[in-house]
Amino acid sequence: MQPVPAILLEGVGMSDLGVERTTGPLQAVVAVVGRVLSAVFVPVVTFVVLYLGFVFLRDSGAPQIVVTIVAIVWGVGGVAGLYFVTNWLIEKLPTTWRSRFTPFLFVGPAIVILGWYLFLPTVRSLYLSFFGKFSNEFVGLENYVYVFTNRTMRTAFVNNLLWLVFGTGGAVISGLIVALLADRSKMEKVAKSFIFLPMAISFVGAGVIWKFMYTFRAAGQVQLGLLNAIITGFGAEPVNWLILRPWNSFFLIAIFIWLQTGFAMVILSASIKQVPSQLIEAARIDGAGEFRIVFQIIIPFIRGTIITVSTTILLLSLKVFDIVFAMTNGLFGTEVLASQQYKQMFKFLNYGRGSAIAIVILIAVIPVIWYNLRQFGQREVF
Amino acid sequence: MADTAATITKRKPTAVVGGLHRRRAVGQIVVHVVLVLLVVIWTLPTLGVFVSSFRARDAVRETGWWSVFSTMDQLTLENYEQVLSGKPFTYVDSKGVERTARSDNMLGAFLNSMTVTIPAVVIPILIAAFAAYGFAWLKFPGRKIMFVAIVAILVVPLQISLIPILRDYQKLGLNGTFLGIWLAHTGFGLPLAVYLLFNYISTIPRSIMESAFIDGASHFTTFLRLILPLSVPALASFAIFQFLWVWNDLLVALVFLSGAGEGREVMTQRLLNMIGTRGQDWHLLTAGAFVSMALPVVVFFSLQRYFVRGLTAGSVKG
Repeated sequence: MQPVPAILLEGVGMSDLGVERTTGPLQAVVAVVGRVLSAVFVPVVTFVVLYLGFVFLRDSGAPQIVVTIVAIVWGVGGVAGLYFVTNWLIEKLPTTWRSRFTPFLFVGPAIVILGWYLFLPTVRSLYLSFFGKFSNEFVGLENYVYVFTNRTMRTAFVNNLLWLVFGTGGAVISGLIVALLADRSKMEKVAKSFIFLPMAISFVGAGVIWKFMYTFRAAGQVQLGLLNAIITGFGAEPVNWLILRPWNSFFLIAIFIWLQTGFAMVILSASIKQVPSQLIEAARIDGAGEFRIVFQIIIPFIRGTIITVSTTILLLSLKVFDIVFAMTNGLFGTEVLASQQYKQMFKFLNYGRGSAIAIVILIAVIPVIWYNLRQFGQREVF
Repeated sequence: MADTAATITKRKPTAVVGGLHRRRAVGQIVVHVVLVLLVVIWTLPTLGVFVSSFRARDAVRETGWWSVFSTMDQLTLENYEQVLSGKPFTYVDSKGVERTARSDNMLGAFLNSMTVTIPAVVIPILIAAFAAYGFAWLKFPGRKIMFVAIVAILVVPLQISLIPILRDYQKLGLNGTFLGIWLAHTGFGLPLAVYLLFNYISTIPRSIMESAFIDGASHFTTFLRLILPLSVPALASFAIFQFLWVWNDLLVALVFLSGAGEGREVMTQRLLNMIGTRGQDWHLLTAGAFVSMALPVVVFFSLQRYFVRGLTAGSVKG
């Protein structure tokens, strides 16, 4: 055993272990062994405890409330514990190694998780998309040929385009209208809260709400859905909205607009408040009407924000899944890309085609990635 | 310039002001009428479900929910009782036979949603805060390229990850476990979290931290004692985001949690099943929808301030 440099013993480790400082060589050896043992022992105990928690959660038949509490404590405490233990280990190291490892304690977990969950899957999905149903035979571009020629897929493309244009456009325009009106009103706060409320509702919850709106019963019966009640009130025949092609896609898009207007409104409203009031007052005194003020002063001023909001909602509309899945399950010509992907994966168990659709969705967002990076490059945060 | 000055002096000042006032008054009325109309349109769908969730089964089946305002029929809490406890209920069917049906147990789904959501909010916040500190204040090789990569994957659709991650989970035995879904939500929420928190933490003045280092604090201590408490507003705004996203998520739960069977179903899955099996039992479906909405709506309104701040900080500048 090498003699231990005194400087090491005087460091943090000694006092941490509660070892009395002595000068004898035997004690020094004991101290080193103790340090090594504890450095091994603590992580091992941590892992064992965490693994036991995992097994308990997976297999236990304990009452649900117990499982819930254990899971929350285990999950949250486990991650915090891992950081503390790793830091404790790093602080045992000599100074040069400590400063070398510290950055990895901070950014390491994030990088590993992002690599595993988003970065590698992009590559792996691309790879899988060239393979067949069971990912064991190379099929070249066959999956992509399917994606672009199959009839259901064509419907999905057309619908997704409708979602992009009308979903995004509808949400941004109605958000802008509400933001502009609310800005000129004394009831701004109340009005905004009501428009904002759907943002807290899940797509599935919104599905229930709107299924109720669209409910259909045969003519002559009492209509339970508000829309059919209104149109039969005017003497028209009741309509089964959700199977009425091609308009049913628009009725689904209406739900999306209802959900996303609040988001557009909040951000646009914050931006409208930054338009200098002197600018608007000056225009008013020069005799400009409200419409001219909106179109020639406010909208040009907040153009950047409108683009950002539109991009965010555009991305959301591209990935829309829950609404379609809950309302029509993609039947009656309402299929979109994401619902098709889900079906390929879990109904037909065709991983090749599922991956190909995912790659197509990714290609659609590449311009946004490029734009983000350019914006980021201009900001020079580093 | 001379032109506009001339026109202003030509007009009688009082007439200009009077005209403006009148036009503004009319404008105010139009603004309010349109605004109220929009608010009503936006609220009616939810109101319909809300009212129906308190009406008895037969009332919901026989009349539209709006008739509650004219007939004032008896409102009841029974739907909620049934939906929460899974208590069976009896009814008389169209042939006049009395039948009993089992209701849905949403309380279990509520607990599952809690189990999924709380760690899936806290874990990414913790990991992202550490990473944001690292990117903002530590020097290490590859720092810039890694951060650029995070900005790039900010908008990568999570659809891309479903198949590869599901395969890993099947190999690792993580499919259908809470750990699996927490990690998935962590992965999908992390780019935004790191980005938002970096924007915040990197603006904390360097001098604050230097005083801590002079006192001999390590990076770890500085982060825990100083930076984390200072970042609470940014943490809160991301927390609300992530909470709403995880609580309301359907896709990730369907993919990574459905392997575990009914015992692990979260709210959105249960509600989806109810749409499938009880398409016409509106009294239960509406109550179920409201049970699933209650918590996010409360969280949302009590923390709205942080949410708006996070939204504007995160996306206006973007």
